[in-house]
Amino acid sequence: MSEMAGKLFSWINDRLPIVNTFERHLSKHPVPSKVNFWYLFGALAAVTLIIQIVTGIWLIMPYSNTEEQAFSSVEYIMRDVDYGWVIRYMHTTGASLFFAVVYLHMFRGLLYGSYQKPKELVWIFGCTIYLAMMAEGFLGYVLPYGQMSYWGAQVIISLFGAIPYIGESLELWVRGDYYISGITVSRFFALHVVALPLVLIALVFLHLVALHEVGAGNPEGVDIEKYLDDDGVPLDSVPFFPYKVLNALVAIGVFGIVFSIIMFFFPEGGGYFIEMANFQEANPLVTPDHIAPVWYYAPFYTMLRAVPDPLGGLIVMASAVAIFFIVPWLDRSKVASIRYKGMYSKIALTLFGVSFLTLGYLGTVGVTEVRKTMSVICTIIYFAYFLLMPIYTKYEKTKEVPERL
Amino acid sequence: MQDKDKTRRKVLIGLTSAVGLSGIPFAATPFIAAWNPSAKAKAAGAPVKLDVSKMQYGQQIQVAWRKQPVFIVRHTKESIANLELAVPKLDDPNSDKIEELYKGLNPSRSRSPEYSIFSGVCTHLGCAPKYFPEIEPKPWDATWNGGFFCPCHGSMFDIVGRVFKGVPAPTNLVVPPHMFEGSILTIGEDKEL
Repeated sequence: MSEMAGKLFSWINDRLPIVNTFERHLSKHPVPSKVNFWYLFGALAAVTLIIQIVTGIWLIMPYSNTEEQAFSSVEYIMRDVDYGWVIRYMHTTGASLFFAVVYLHMFRGLLYGSYQKPKELVWIFGCTIYLAMMAEGFLGYVLPYGQMSYWGAQVIISLFGAIPYIGESLELWVRGDYYISGITVSRFFALHVVALPLVLIALVFLHLVALHEVGAGNPEGVDIEKYLDDDGVPLDSVPFFPYKVLNALVAIGVFGIVFSIIMFFFPEGGGYFIEMANFQEANPLVTPDHIAPVWYYAPFYTMLRAVPDPLGGLIVMASAVAIFFIVPWLDRSKVASIRYKGMYSKIALTLFGVSFLTLGYLGTVGVTEVRKTMSVICTIIYFAYFLLMPIYTKYEKTKEVPERL
Repeated sequence: MQDKDKTRRKVLIGLTSAVGLSGIPFAATPFIAAWNPSAKAKAAGAPVKLDVSKMQYGQQIQVAWRKQPVFIVRHTKESIANLELAVPKLDDPNSDKIEELYKGLNPSRSRSPEYSIFSGVCTHLGCAPKYFPEIEPKPWDATWNGGFFCPCHGSMFDIVGRVFKGVPAPTNLVVPPHMFEGSILTIGEDKEL
């Protein structure tokens, strides 16, 4: 029997590179032997992506993408479909936690210089994933056709209108109607469930292939490729499987607990994950008293509001995302990790973190004079972190990086 | 291969690619055009008619044209006289910055001196401003003379939809094409334009 199975396996393996792939990417793929918890968020992001795809497929089944039915079909999922509420809340919680782990994953990148040569492409694919996620999240939020779906989309689509000359016709073209109608909802549905997931999966694939080509980093910023054993394997490495896989399983378990607590007990996240106004059907004639984006767009929304002119706001907001792409070329430091960088980098990263969180808070609350001034200051700090990076990373005193991990 | 052949091959590759690439706009046309408003959507965007003679003085109503709110305000004589008071606060009192359809015709910016007709879509990011006709101090303006306040980002407009200085909205609220036949107002169409 086992002989038969062995024969079958080698028959398949001769035609499909199973053993090769397993060894290359798992059992013989070397990863740094010492990393910390910051290195777990990539795996968690992958898990969340899978959750989103599976729950998404199940939500498509009862959902209806028409103007008349969209809102009520979501209520139907919540009330009449067996366990529909679990699947929907899993998807909405997953969306927020996807952004949460990706923000932490990105912060790890800034903390330990995960974009430095030769990891520039890994970083760029990652930034593109983030961009695609923002689009995916926005499109998905429109689908229930609640008040916040409608008015949020109204604000975002109006951004196209800020583009000179072509703006207004572009807006009409994106909506396909004179307002955000069933036509808009159904095209957003197509993009949300087919087009962007395909893009996301392709980008994640490229992100991982590029990462496995250049190797994962570590919090010390040590180049483990310098010291190899006789087989050419880095001395300071362990195989990805089983060491890192089992390690990640613990993190996934903890993540699952957090996920479940939110999903079962706080699915609306206090109005930050699903806004209260979205439990009312879209009404093009009545604007909710307070329009705020979901928390994960809030920092960029604040920047949009900080600039009085819509086109200026749009440019600032787009630049705030675009600037991530050129970070590998802004950092002129000889060392990768914050542990060995100088005082300037530490201060800059701290100020950046604080200003990003403040911008996030300001995006979820109403505008006052003081808050407006604060949002301008935080926007300036946000951009200063990036734009001054070539200067402060070049002229600061760095510590000596050890040879071995 | 001889150099002559290589050159010929390059020319052929170039020409073939150019012809192939020129097909891209043709192939893309249906995919881009399919996103335009469909015939059905266009038909649903037809003009709307209503009788405005039943409106109270000082009352504001909104109608949907293309599912977008359009505000109609019936002014009192005092509020028309008060329009001058708002001018120092206004960014563009004569609507010079935009293509105004009925510029200089009436202080109400419309075809009628008594009614104002303008879009209820904030020129900042498309929210619907709310009508606060009272002349009294407001949290957003201590010397409020009546007008529209946008709850989203705090833009302010006077009672004929002209934007205040120093608010996020860049321009006055848009006056749509309209016409009166007696007391019947048609929004979305003006035969004299």
